[in-house]
Amino acid sequence: MNLTLKIWRQKNAASPGCFETHEARDVSPDMSFLEMLDVVNERLIAGGQEPFVFDSDCREGICGTCSLVINGIPHGSRKGTTVCQLHLRYFKDGQTVTIEPWRARAFPIVKDLIVDRAAFDRIMQAGGFVSVNTGNAPEANALPVSKEIADLAMDAAACIGCGACVAVCKNASAMLFVAAKVSHLNYLPQGKAEKDRRVKNMVSQMDKEGFGNCTVTGSCEAVCPKEISLDFIAKMNRDYAVALVKGELKKSAAGGVG
Amino acid sequence: MNFLMKIWNSSLGKKYIMGISGFLLVFFIVAHMMGNFQVFLGPYWINTYGQFLHDRHEILWPARIVLLTMIVLHIWSAFKLRAENRAARPVGYAGDPASFAASYASRTIMMSGIIIAAFVIFHLLHYALGVRAVNLTGIDFSALRDSAGRPDIYLMLLLGFSKWPVAVFYIIAVGLLCLHLSHGMRAMFQSVGWKWTFGGVSHLPDQIARWFAVVIFIIYTSVPVAVMCGFGKAYREAAVQHLAASAVSGKEVDR
Ligand code: HEM
Ligand code: SF4
Ligand code: FES
Repeated sequence: MNLTLKIWRQKNAASPGCFETHEARDVSPDMSFLEMLDVVNERLIAGGQEPFVFDSDCREGICGTCSLVINGIPHGSRKGTTVCQLHLRYFKDGQTVTIEPWRARAFPIVKDLIVDRAAFDRIMQAGGFVSVNTGNAPEANALPVSKEIADLAMDAAACIGCGACVAVCKNASAMLFVAAKVSHLNYLPQGKAEKDRRVKNMVSQMDKEGFGNCTVTGSCEAVCPKEISLDFIAKMNRDYAVALVKGELKKSAAGGVG
Repeated sequence: MNFLMKIWNSSLGKKYIMGISGFLLVFFIVAHMMGNFQVFLGPYWINTYGQFLHDRHEILWPARIVLLTMIVLHIWSAFKLRAENRAARPVGYAGDPASFAASYASRTIMMSGIIIAAFVIFHLLHYALGVRAVNLTGIDFSALRDSAGRPDIYLMLLLGFSKWPVAVFYIIAVGLLCLHLSHGMRAMFQSVGWKWTFGGVSHLPDQIARWFAVVIFIIYTSVPVAVMCGFGKAYREAAVQHLAASAVSGKEVDR
Protein backbone atom coordinates (compact mmCIF):
# COMPACT_ATOMS: atom_id res chain seq x y z
CA MET A 1 0.00 0.00 0.00
CA ASN A 2 0.99 3.65 -0.37
CA LEU A 3 0.73 6.51 2.09
CA THR A 4 1.47 10.21 1.80
CA LEU A 5 3.22 11.42 4.96
CA LYS A 6 3.35 14.98 6.23
CA ILE A 7 6.13 14.78 8.80
CA TRP A 8 7.31 17.44 11.23
CA ARG A 9 10.92 18.49 10.64
CA GLN A 10 12.66 20.63 13.26
CA LYS A 11 16.41 21.03 13.73
CA ASN A 12 16.34 21.80 17.47
CA ALA A 13 14.26 23.46 20.16
CA ALA A 14 15.36 26.93 19.12
CA SER A 15 14.68 26.77 15.40
CA PRO A 16 11.19 26.87 13.90
CA GLY A 17 9.94 23.66 12.33
CA CYS A 18 7.81 22.84 9.32
CA PHE A 19 6.10 19.92 7.64
CA GLU A 20 7.80 17.96 4.88
CA THR A 21 5.83 15.70 2.57
CA HIS A 22 7.17 12.24 1.74
CA GLU A 23 5.68 9.23 -0.01
CA ALA A 24 5.73 5.81 1.62
CA ARG A 25 5.48 3.53 -1.41
CA ASP A 26 4.82 -0.21 -1.43
CA VAL A 27 4.68 -0.68 2.30
CA SER A 28 3.02 -3.77 3.74
CA PRO A 29 -0.24 -3.46 5.70
CA ASP A 30 1.31 -5.88 8.21
CA MET A 31 4.03 -3.39 9.14
CA SER A 32 3.73 -1.39 12.30
CA PHE A 33 3.69 2.37 11.93
CA LEU A 34 7.27 2.61 13.19
CA GLU A 35 8.50 -0.06 10.79
CA MET A 36 6.99 1.97 7.98
CA LEU A 37 8.91 5.02 9.24
CA ASP A 38 12.09 2.90 9.34
CA VAL A 39 11.57 2.06 5.68
CA VAL A 40 10.98 5.71 4.80
CA ASN A 41 14.13 6.68 6.72
CA GLU A 42 16.24 4.02 5.01
CA ARG A 43 15.12 5.29 1.64
CA LEU A 44 15.95 8.84 2.69
CA ILE A 45 19.42 7.77 3.82
CA ALA A 46 19.95 5.84 0.57
CA GLY A 47 18.99 8.99 -1.30
CA GLY A 48 21.51 11.02 0.66
CA GLN A 49 18.84 12.87 2.65
CA GLU A 50 18.55 13.26 6.39
CA PRO A 51 16.26 10.74 8.14
CA PHE A 52 13.60 11.81 10.63
CA VAL A 53 14.43 11.09 14.25
CA PHE A 54 11.74 9.57 16.45
CA ASP A 55 11.69 7.79 19.80
CA SER A 56 11.10 4.08 20.28
CA ASP A 57 12.46 1.23 22.34
CA CYS A 58 10.52 -1.95 23.15
CA ARG A 59 8.16 -1.76 20.17
CA GLU A 60 5.76 -3.99 22.04
CA GLY A 61 3.70 -1.37 23.85
CA ILE A 62 5.23 -1.61 27.30
CA CYS A 63 8.03 0.92 27.65
CA GLY A 64 6.33 4.22 26.87
CA THR A 65 9.10 5.55 24.65
CA CYS A 66 7.33 5.85 21.30
CA SER A 67 5.54 9.16 20.97
CA LEU A 68 3.99 10.27 17.71
CA VAL A 69 0.87 12.29 17.07
CA ILE A 70 -0.92 10.76 14.09
CA ASN A 71 -3.51 12.97 12.40
CA GLY A 72 -3.81 15.06 15.56
CA ILE A 73 -4.20 12.12 17.96
CA PRO A 74 -1.32 10.89 20.15
CA HIS A 75 -0.58 7.22 19.34
CA GLY A 76 -3.20 7.39 16.57
CA SER A 77 -6.88 6.69 16.79
CA ARG A 78 -6.84 3.01 17.90
CA LYS A 79 -8.07 2.63 21.45
CA GLY A 80 -5.57 1.37 24.02
CA THR A 81 -2.71 1.14 21.52
CA THR A 82 0.76 2.67 21.48
CA VAL A 83 2.01 3.87 18.12
CA CYS A 84 4.57 1.04 17.99
CA GLN A 85 1.65 -1.40 18.08
CA LEU A 86 -0.37 0.49 15.50
CA HIS A 87 -0.39 -1.40 12.21
CA LEU A 88 -0.79 -0.04 8.73
CA ARG A 89 -3.86 -2.19 8.09
CA TYR A 90 -5.79 0.44 10.04
CA PHE A 91 -4.96 3.03 7.40
CA LYS A 92 -6.50 3.41 3.97
CA ASP A 93 -4.39 2.93 0.86
CA GLY A 94 -3.45 6.34 -0.50
CA GLN A 95 -4.31 8.14 2.76
CA THR A 96 -2.47 11.30 3.83
CA VAL A 97 -1.09 10.98 7.35
CA THR A 98 0.18 13.86 9.48
CA ILE A 99 2.94 12.99 11.95
CA GLU A 100 3.85 15.42 14.71
CA PRO A 101 5.72 15.38 18.02
CA TRP A 102 4.02 15.72 21.45
CA ARG A 103 3.23 19.39 21.92
CA ALA A 104 3.47 20.91 25.39
CA ARG A 105 5.58 23.63 26.91
CA ALA A 106 6.88 21.16 29.50
CA PHE A 107 8.01 18.78 26.72
CA PRO A 108 10.44 20.84 24.62
CA ILE A 109 11.28 19.45 21.19
CA VAL A 110 14.77 17.96 20.93
CA LYS A 111 14.71 17.30 17.19
CA ASP A 112 12.05 16.41 14.63
CA LEU A 113 9.67 14.06 16.44
CA ILE A 114 11.57 13.64 19.70
CA VAL A 115 10.62 15.62 22.78
CA ASP A 116 12.33 15.85 26.15
CA ARG A 117 10.15 14.18 28.78
CA ALA A 118 12.56 14.69 31.70
CA ALA A 119 9.79 16.65 33.44
CA PHE A 120 8.12 13.28 34.14
CA ASP A 121 11.34 11.94 35.66
CA ARG A 122 11.57 14.94 37.98
CA ILE A 123 7.96 14.38 39.09
CA MET A 124 8.84 10.75 39.86
CA GLN A 125 11.91 11.85 41.80
CA ALA A 126 9.69 14.12 43.88
CA GLY A 127 7.68 11.22 45.30
CA GLY A 128 7.08 8.34 42.92
CA PHE A 129 8.84 5.82 45.14
CA VAL A 130 8.56 4.05 48.49
CA SER A 131 11.30 4.22 51.10
CA VAL A 132 12.41 0.75 52.12
CA ASN A 133 14.80 -0.13 54.91
CA THR A 134 17.79 -2.16 53.81
CA GLY A 135 18.17 -5.71 55.00
CA ASN A 136 16.39 -8.91 54.18
CA ALA A 137 13.32 -8.83 52.00
CA PRO A 138 10.24 -8.83 54.27
CA GLU A 139 8.09 -11.94 54.51
CA ALA A 140 5.79 -11.76 51.49
CA ASN A 141 2.63 -12.67 53.36
CA ALA A 142 3.22 -10.27 56.23
CA LEU A 143 1.44 -7.44 54.46
CA PRO A 144 -2.01 -8.51 53.35
CA VAL A 145 -3.48 -6.53 50.43
CA SER A 146 -7.13 -6.99 49.56
CA LYS A 147 -8.09 -8.02 46.07
CA GLU A 148 -9.91 -4.73 45.33
CA ILE A 149 -6.94 -2.64 46.40
CA ALA A 150 -4.48 -4.83 44.55
CA ASP A 151 -6.60 -4.51 41.38
CA LEU A 152 -6.83 -0.73 41.67
CA ALA A 153 -3.11 -0.37 42.31
CA MET A 154 -2.37 -2.66 39.39
CA ASP A 155 -4.62 -0.64 37.06
CA ALA A 156 -2.79 2.52 38.08
CA ALA A 157 0.60 0.85 37.78
CA ALA A 158 -0.14 0.06 34.12
CA CYS A 159 0.87 3.63 33.19
CA ILE A 160 3.99 3.49 31.03
CA GLY A 161 4.77 7.19 31.36
CA CYS A 162 4.52 7.89 27.63
CA GLY A 163 3.04 11.36 28.01
CA ALA A 164 0.22 10.93 25.50
CA CYS A 165 -2.16 12.27 28.14
CA VAL A 166 -0.22 15.54 28.20
CA ALA A 167 0.07 15.61 24.44
CA VAL A 168 -3.65 15.26 23.81
CA CYS A 169 -4.85 17.56 26.57
CA LYS A 170 -5.85 21.02 25.38
CA ASN A 171 -4.29 22.31 28.61
CA ALA A 172 -1.21 20.06 28.40
CA SER A 173 -2.10 18.81 31.86
CA ALA A 174 -0.15 15.92 33.36
CA MET A 175 -2.90 15.00 35.80
CA LEU A 176 -3.54 11.51 34.46
CA PHE A 177 0.12 10.50 34.61
CA VAL A 178 0.68 11.99 38.06
CA ALA A 179 -2.61 10.58 39.35
CA ALA A 180 -1.69 7.10 38.13
CA LYS A 181 1.70 7.27 39.82
CA VAL A 182 0.35 8.75 43.07
CA SER A 183 -2.56 6.30 43.25
CA HIS A 184 -0.47 3.25 42.48
CA LEU A 185 1.63 3.78 45.61
CA ASN A 186 -0.95 5.53 47.80
CA TYR A 187 -3.34 2.59 47.53
CA LEU A 188 -0.81 0.04 48.74
CA PRO A 189 0.26 -0.48 52.35
CA GLN A 190 3.92 -0.10 51.32
CA GLY A 191 3.17 3.42 50.10
CA LYS A 192 0.78 4.53 52.85
CA ALA A 193 3.46 5.89 55.18
CA GLU A 194 4.54 8.52 52.68
CA LYS A 195 1.07 9.10 51.24
CA ASP A 196 0.62 12.77 52.13
CA ARG A 197 4.17 13.81 51.40
CA ARG A 198 4.09 11.96 48.10
CA VAL A 199 0.98 13.62 46.72
CA LYS A 200 2.05 17.09 47.86
CA ASN A 201 5.54 16.83 46.42
CA MET A 202 4.52 15.28 43.13
CA VAL A 203 1.76 17.84 42.54
CA SER A 204 4.08 20.66 43.46
CA GLN A 205 6.72 19.39 41.01
CA MET A 206 4.05 18.98 38.33
CA ASP A 207 3.05 22.62 38.78
CA LYS A 208 6.68 23.75 38.65
CA GLU A 209 7.25 21.99 35.35
CA GLY A 210 4.61 24.14 33.69
CA PHE A 211 1.92 21.58 32.91
CA GLY A 212 -1.62 22.95 32.67
CA ASN A 213 -4.63 22.31 34.88
CA CYS A 214 -7.22 19.60 34.50
CA THR A 215 -10.58 20.70 33.11
CA VAL A 216 -12.00 17.19 33.10
CA THR A 217 -12.40 16.92 29.34
CA GLY A 218 -11.52 13.23 29.41
CA SER A 219 -9.24 13.45 26.35
CA CYS A 220 -6.40 11.81 28.30
CA GLU A 221 -8.44 8.82 29.34
CA ALA A 222 -9.63 8.35 25.76
CA VAL A 223 -6.13 8.42 24.28
CA CYS A 224 -4.16 6.61 26.99
CA PRO A 225 -2.66 3.39 25.58
CA LYS A 226 -3.04 1.78 29.00
CA GLU A 227 -6.60 3.09 29.47
CA ILE A 228 -5.83 4.72 32.81
CA SER A 229 -9.11 5.96 34.29
CA LEU A 230 -10.06 9.52 35.23
CA ASP A 231 -11.11 8.05 38.57
CA PHE A 232 -7.46 8.13 39.62
CA ILE A 233 -7.47 11.90 39.16
CA ALA A 234 -10.41 12.10 41.57
CA LYS A 235 -8.44 9.91 43.99
CA MET A 236 -5.42 12.22 43.71
CA ASN A 237 -7.59 15.32 44.26
CA ARG A 238 -8.96 13.69 47.40
CA ASP A 239 -5.54 12.64 48.68
CA TYR A 240 -4.16 16.12 48.05
CA ALA A 241 -6.99 17.82 49.96
CA VAL A 242 -6.52 15.43 52.88
CA ALA A 243 -2.76 16.03 52.85
CA LEU A 244 -3.20 19.81 52.86
CA VAL A 245 -5.63 19.76 55.77
CA LYS A 246 -3.63 17.19 57.74
CA GLY A 247 -0.44 19.20 57.26
CA GLU A 248 -2.21 22.26 58.64
CA LEU A 249 -3.60 20.37 61.63
CA LYS A 250 -0.22 18.86 62.42
CA LYS A 251 1.40 22.26 62.26
CA SER A 252 -1.11 23.84 64.61
CA ALA A 253 -0.86 20.86 66.99
CA ALA A 254 2.93 21.18 67.03
CA GLY A 255 2.58 24.91 67.59
CA GLY A 256 0.25 24.27 70.52
CA VAL A 257 2.69 21.98 72.24
CA GLY A 258 5.82 23.99 71.53
CA MET B 1 -3.40 33.04 55.36
CA ASN B 2 -0.38 30.97 54.48
CA PHE B 3 -2.71 28.00 54.08
CA LEU B 4 -4.96 29.93 51.70
CA MET B 5 -1.99 31.08 49.62
CA LYS B 6 -0.83 27.47 49.40
CA ILE B 7 -4.23 26.51 48.00
CA TRP B 8 -4.32 29.43 45.58
CA ASN B 9 -0.80 28.75 44.33
CA SER B 10 -1.36 25.10 43.50
CA SER B 11 -3.15 23.81 40.44
CA LEU B 12 -5.37 21.48 42.44
CA GLY B 13 -6.03 24.16 45.04
CA LYS B 14 -7.42 26.55 42.42
CA LYS B 15 -9.68 23.77 41.21
CA TYR B 16 -10.98 23.39 44.77
CA ILE B 17 -11.75 27.11 44.86
CA MET B 18 -13.41 26.91 41.48
CA GLY B 19 -15.44 23.86 42.47
CA ILE B 20 -16.52 25.05 45.89
CA SER B 21 -17.46 28.52 44.65
CA GLY B 22 -19.36 26.89 41.80
CA PHE B 23 -21.08 24.59 44.24
CA LEU B 24 -22.28 27.49 46.40
CA LEU B 25 -23.54 29.22 43.26
CA VAL B 26 -25.44 26.05 42.41
CA PHE B 27 -26.90 26.18 45.89
CA PHE B 28 -28.16 29.66 45.09
CA ILE B 29 -29.53 28.47 41.75
CA VAL B 30 -31.62 25.85 43.55
CA ALA B 31 -32.90 28.26 46.20
CA HIS B 32 -33.72 30.87 43.58
CA MET B 33 -35.53 28.28 41.52
CA MET B 34 -37.72 27.31 44.44
CA GLY B 35 -38.53 30.97 44.96
CA ASN B 36 -39.47 31.46 41.31
CA PHE B 37 -41.56 28.37 41.17
CA GLN B 38 -44.01 29.93 43.62
CA VAL B 39 -45.29 32.01 40.74
CA PHE B 40 -47.49 29.03 39.94
CA LEU B 41 -49.10 29.32 43.38
CA GLY B 42 -50.44 32.76 42.52
CA PRO B 43 -49.70 36.38 43.44
CA TYR B 44 -50.31 36.02 47.15
CA TRP B 45 -47.61 33.39 47.70
CA ILE B 46 -44.81 34.84 45.67
CA ASN B 47 -45.42 38.41 46.82
CA THR B 48 -45.44 37.30 50.44
CA TYR B 49 -42.19 35.46 49.85
CA GLY B 50 -40.69 38.55 48.18
CA GLN B 51 -41.73 40.76 51.04
CA PHE B 52 -40.30 38.28 53.53
CA LEU B 53 -36.89 38.28 51.84
CA HIS B 54 -36.88 42.03 51.57
CA ASP B 55 -37.57 42.56 55.23
CA ARG B 56 -34.87 40.16 56.37
CA HIS B 57 -31.76 42.26 55.98
CA GLU B 58 -29.93 39.94 58.34
CA ILE B 59 -30.39 37.11 55.79
CA LEU B 60 -30.32 39.14 52.61
CA TRP B 61 -27.05 40.99 53.02
CA PRO B 62 -24.86 38.13 54.24
CA ALA B 63 -26.26 36.01 51.40
CA ARG B 64 -25.52 38.74 48.87
CA ILE B 65 -21.99 39.19 50.16
CA VAL B 66 -21.28 35.45 50.08
CA LEU B 67 -22.67 35.19 46.55
CA LEU B 68 -20.65 38.11 45.30
CA THR B 69 -17.49 36.67 46.86
CA MET B 70 -18.17 33.32 45.22
CA ILE B 71 -18.73 34.93 41.84
CA VAL B 72 -15.48 36.86 42.13
CA LEU B 73 -13.53 33.75 43.22
CA HIS B 74 -15.14 31.64 40.52
CA ILE B 75 -14.42 34.03 37.68
CA TRP B 76 -10.99 34.92 38.99
CA SER B 77 -9.86 31.31 39.24
CA ALA B 78 -11.44 30.58 35.83
CA PHE B 79 -9.32 33.23 34.15
CA LYS B 80 -6.17 32.38 36.10
CA LEU B 81 -6.48 28.68 35.24
CA ARG B 82 -7.25 29.51 31.64
CA ALA B 83 -4.15 31.69 31.34
CA GLU B 84 -1.98 28.90 32.78
CA ASN B 85 -3.54 26.36 30.45
CA ARG B 86 -2.90 28.51 27.41
CA ALA B 87 0.72 28.95 28.46
CA ALA B 88 1.14 25.21 28.96
CA ARG B 89 0.05 24.44 25.41
CA PRO B 90 1.42 27.18 23.17
CA VAL B 91 1.34 25.13 19.93
CA GLY B 92 -1.57 23.09 18.62
CA TYR B 93 -1.67 20.25 16.11
CA ALA B 94 -2.03 20.56 12.37
CA GLY B 95 -4.76 17.96 12.11
CA ASP B 96 -6.40 19.44 15.21
CA PRO B 97 -9.36 17.25 16.13
CA ALA B 98 -10.88 19.92 18.45
CA SER B 99 -9.89 18.33 21.76
CA PHE B 100 -10.14 14.61 21.15
CA ALA B 101 -13.12 12.99 22.90
CA ALA B 102 -13.93 16.13 24.91
CA SER B 103 -17.62 16.98 25.28
CA TYR B 104 -19.13 20.10 23.74
CA ALA B 105 -19.96 21.42 27.22
CA SER B 106 -16.35 21.05 28.36
CA ARG B 107 -14.93 22.77 25.30
CA THR B 108 -17.30 25.73 25.60
CA ILE B 109 -17.22 26.10 29.38
CA MET B 110 -15.57 29.53 29.27
CA MET B 111 -17.93 30.87 26.63
CA SER B 112 -21.04 29.60 28.41
CA GLY B 113 -19.67 31.12 31.62
CA ILE B 114 -19.13 34.53 30.08
CA ILE B 115 -22.59 34.60 28.50
CA ILE B 116 -24.12 33.57 31.83
CA ALA B 117 -22.30 36.47 33.51
CA ALA B 118 -23.70 38.87 30.91
CA PHE B 119 -27.15 37.44 31.44
CA VAL B 120 -26.86 37.77 35.22
CA ILE B 121 -26.15 41.48 34.82
CA PHE B 122 -29.13 41.91 32.51
CA HIS B 123 -31.30 39.88 34.85
CA LEU B 124 -30.41 42.06 37.83
CA LEU B 125 -31.11 45.25 35.87
CA HIS B 126 -34.36 43.77 34.60
CA TYR B 127 -35.97 42.49 37.80
CA ALA B 128 -33.88 43.26 40.86
CA LEU B 129 -33.15 46.91 40.07
CA GLY B 130 -36.18 47.40 37.80
CA VAL B 131 -34.37 49.50 35.20
CA ARG B 132 -37.13 50.51 32.86
CA ALA B 133 -34.95 50.78 29.75
CA VAL B 134 -34.21 47.05 29.61
CA ASN B 135 -37.67 45.56 30.12
CA LEU B 136 -39.20 46.69 26.78
CA THR B 137 -42.65 47.28 28.30
CA GLY B 138 -42.22 50.94 29.20
CA ILE B 139 -43.55 50.14 32.67
CA ASP B 140 -41.57 50.85 35.81
CA PHE B 141 -41.31 47.44 37.53
CA SER B 142 -40.13 48.84 40.83
CA ALA B 143 -43.37 50.80 41.24
CA LEU B 144 -45.73 47.82 40.83
CA ARG B 145 -47.86 47.13 43.91
CA ASP B 146 -50.40 44.41 44.62
CA SER B 147 -53.75 44.90 46.38
CA ALA B 148 -52.01 44.67 49.75
CA GLY B 149 -49.58 47.43 48.75
CA ARG B 150 -46.59 45.08 48.50
CA PRO B 151 -44.19 44.98 45.51
CA ASP B 152 -46.08 42.93 42.93
CA ILE B 153 -43.49 40.36 41.90
CA TYR B 154 -46.14 38.18 40.30
CA LEU B 155 -47.17 40.95 37.92
CA MET B 156 -43.54 41.86 37.30
CA LEU B 157 -42.75 38.32 36.10
CA LEU B 158 -45.88 38.25 33.92
CA LEU B 159 -45.03 41.59 32.34
CA GLY B 160 -41.35 40.78 32.02
CA PHE B 161 -41.86 37.57 30.10
CA SER B 162 -44.70 38.96 28.00
CA LYS B 163 -42.02 40.45 25.74
CA TRP B 164 -40.75 37.57 23.65
CA PRO B 165 -37.16 38.80 23.11
CA VAL B 166 -36.75 38.92 26.88
CA ALA B 167 -38.29 35.49 27.35
CA VAL B 168 -36.18 33.99 24.56
CA PHE B 169 -32.96 35.49 25.94
CA TYR B 170 -33.87 34.11 29.32
CA ILE B 171 -34.46 30.62 27.94
CA ILE B 172 -31.20 30.67 25.98
CA ALA B 173 -29.27 31.85 29.03
CA VAL B 174 -30.77 29.17 31.24
CA GLY B 175 -29.91 26.63 28.53
CA LEU B 176 -26.31 27.79 28.61
CA LEU B 177 -26.31 27.70 32.39
CA CYS B 178 -27.40 24.09 32.23
CA LEU B 179 -24.78 23.30 29.61
CA HIS B 180 -22.24 24.93 31.92
CA LEU B 181 -23.48 22.93 34.88
CA SER B 182 -23.66 19.61 33.05
CA HIS B 183 -19.89 19.82 32.70
CA GLY B 184 -19.17 22.11 35.65
CA MET B 185 -20.80 19.94 38.29
CA ARG B 186 -19.09 16.87 36.98
CA ALA B 187 -15.78 18.72 37.09
CA MET B 188 -16.59 19.92 40.58
CA PHE B 189 -17.23 16.40 41.85
CA GLN B 190 -13.99 15.32 40.19
CA SER B 191 -12.03 18.25 41.69
CA VAL B 192 -13.06 17.41 45.22
CA GLY B 193 -12.61 13.70 44.58
CA TRP B 194 -16.21 12.47 44.79
CA LYS B 195 -16.59 9.60 42.38
CA TRP B 196 -18.25 6.83 44.29
CA THR B 197 -20.49 4.07 43.16
CA PHE B 198 -23.71 4.06 45.13
CA GLY B 199 -26.69 1.74 45.01
CA GLY B 200 -25.23 -0.02 42.01
CA VAL B 201 -24.86 3.21 40.02
CA SER B 202 -21.24 3.70 39.06
CA HIS B 203 -20.07 7.31 39.13
CA LEU B 204 -23.23 8.47 40.83
CA PRO B 205 -22.05 12.10 41.10
CA ASP B 206 -21.57 12.26 37.31
CA GLN B 207 -25.11 11.01 36.82
CA ILE B 208 -26.39 13.56 39.33
CA ALA B 209 -24.64 16.34 37.42
CA ARG B 210 -26.23 15.33 34.14
CA TRP B 211 -29.77 14.98 35.48
CA PHE B 212 -29.51 18.03 37.67
CA ALA B 213 -28.81 20.17 34.60
CA VAL B 214 -31.87 18.79 32.83
CA VAL B 215 -34.15 19.32 35.82
CA ILE B 216 -32.90 22.85 36.37
CA PHE B 217 -33.51 23.67 32.73
CA ILE B 218 -37.08 22.40 32.77
CA ILE B 219 -38.06 24.12 35.98
CA TYR B 220 -36.45 27.47 35.21
CA THR B 221 -37.80 27.72 31.69
CA SER B 222 -41.28 26.64 32.76
CA VAL B 223 -41.97 30.19 33.98
CA PRO B 224 -41.33 32.11 30.73
CA VAL B 225 -42.85 29.29 28.67
CA ALA B 226 -46.01 29.35 30.78
CA VAL B 227 -46.28 33.13 30.47
CA MET B 228 -45.81 32.97 26.70
CA CYS B 229 -48.52 30.32 26.57
CA GLY B 230 -50.93 32.66 28.28
CA PHE B 231 -50.45 31.90 31.98
CA GLY B 232 -51.77 34.83 34.07
CA LYS B 233 -52.94 36.74 31.00
CA ALA B 234 -56.17 38.01 32.62
CA TYR B 235 -54.30 39.30 35.67
CA ARG B 236 -51.72 40.99 33.49
CA GLU B 237 -54.20 42.67 31.17
CA ALA B 238 -56.33 43.91 34.04
CA ALA B 239 -53.23 45.37 35.67
CA VAL B 240 -52.07 47.02 32.44
CA GLN B 241 -55.50 48.61 31.96
CA HIS B 242 -55.45 49.80 35.52
CA LEU B 243 -51.97 51.29 35.06
CA ALA B 244 -53.04 53.03 31.85
CA ALA B 245 -56.18 54.40 33.51
CA SER B 246 -54.30 55.79 36.46
CA ALA B 247 -51.68 57.27 34.13
CA VAL B 248 -54.43 59.14 32.23
CA SER B 249 -56.09 60.42 35.38
CA GLY B 250 -52.63 61.50 36.50
CA LYS B 251 -52.74 59.65 39.80
CA GLU B 252 -49.70 58.22 41.70
CA VAL B 253 -48.27 55.60 39.32
CA ASP B 254 -45.85 57.44 37.01
CA ARG B 255 -42.34 57.55 38.39
C1 HEM C 1 -24.54 31.33 37.98
C2 HEM C 1 -23.37 31.23 37.58
C3 HEM C 1 -22.43 30.03 37.61
C4 HEM C 1 -22.54 28.80 38.24
C5 HEM C 1 -23.68 28.30 39.09
C6 HEM C 1 -21.33 28.06 37.93
C7 HEM C 1 -21.05 26.79 38.37
C8 HEM C 1 -19.90 26.10 38.08
C9 HEM C 1 -19.47 24.85 38.67
C10 HEM C 1 -20.23 24.06 39.73
C11 HEM C 1 -18.27 24.51 38.13
C12 HEM C 1 -17.40 23.29 38.43
C13 HEM C 1 -16.15 23.66 39.15
C14 HEM C 1 -14.96 22.76 38.92
O1 HEM C 1 -14.39 22.80 37.83
O2 HEM C 1 -14.58 22.03 39.81
C15 HEM C 1 -17.94 25.52 37.17
C16 HEM C 1 -16.82 25.49 36.39
C17 HEM C 1 -16.39 26.54 35.59
N1 HEM C 1 -17.02 27.75 35.45
FE1 HEM C 1 -18.77 28.29 36.27
N2 HEM C 1 -20.54 28.83 37.13
C18 HEM C 1 -21.18 30.05 36.93
C19 HEM C 1 -20.73 31.12 36.22
C20 HEM C 1 -19.51 31.17 35.55
C21 HEM C 1 -19.01 32.34 34.93
C22 HEM C 1 -19.70 33.71 34.91
C23 HEM C 1 -17.83 31.99 34.37
C24 HEM C 1 -16.98 32.99 33.61
C25 HEM C 1 -16.10 33.07 32.95
C26 HEM C 1 -17.59 30.58 34.63
C27 HEM C 1 -16.51 29.82 34.21
C28 HEM C 1 -16.25 28.52 34.58
C29 HEM C 1 -15.12 27.73 34.15
C30 HEM C 1 -14.02 28.16 33.18
C31 HEM C 1 -15.20 26.48 34.78
C32 HEM C 1 -14.19 25.36 34.66
C33 HEM C 1 -14.77 24.09 34.26
C34 HEM C 1 -13.73 23.06 33.97
O3 HEM C 1 -13.09 22.58 34.91
O4 HEM C 1 -13.57 22.74 32.79
N3 HEM C 1 -18.65 30.11 35.38
N4 HEM C 1 -18.93 26.48 37.17
S1 SF4 D 1 -1.48 7.95 31.93
FE1 SF4 D 1 -1.58 6.82 29.97
S2 SF4 D 1 -1.13 8.39 28.44
FE2 SF4 D 1 -0.46 9.22 30.39
S3 SF4 D 1 1.69 8.69 30.58
FE3 SF4 D 1 0.55 7.03 31.58
S4 SF4 D 1 0.24 5.52 29.96
FE4 SF4 D 1 0.85 7.39 28.91
S1 FES E 1 8.26 1.62 21.84
FE1 FES E 1 7.87 0.85 23.85
S2 FES E 1 5.79 1.38 24.07
FE2 FES E 1 6.11 1.90 22.00
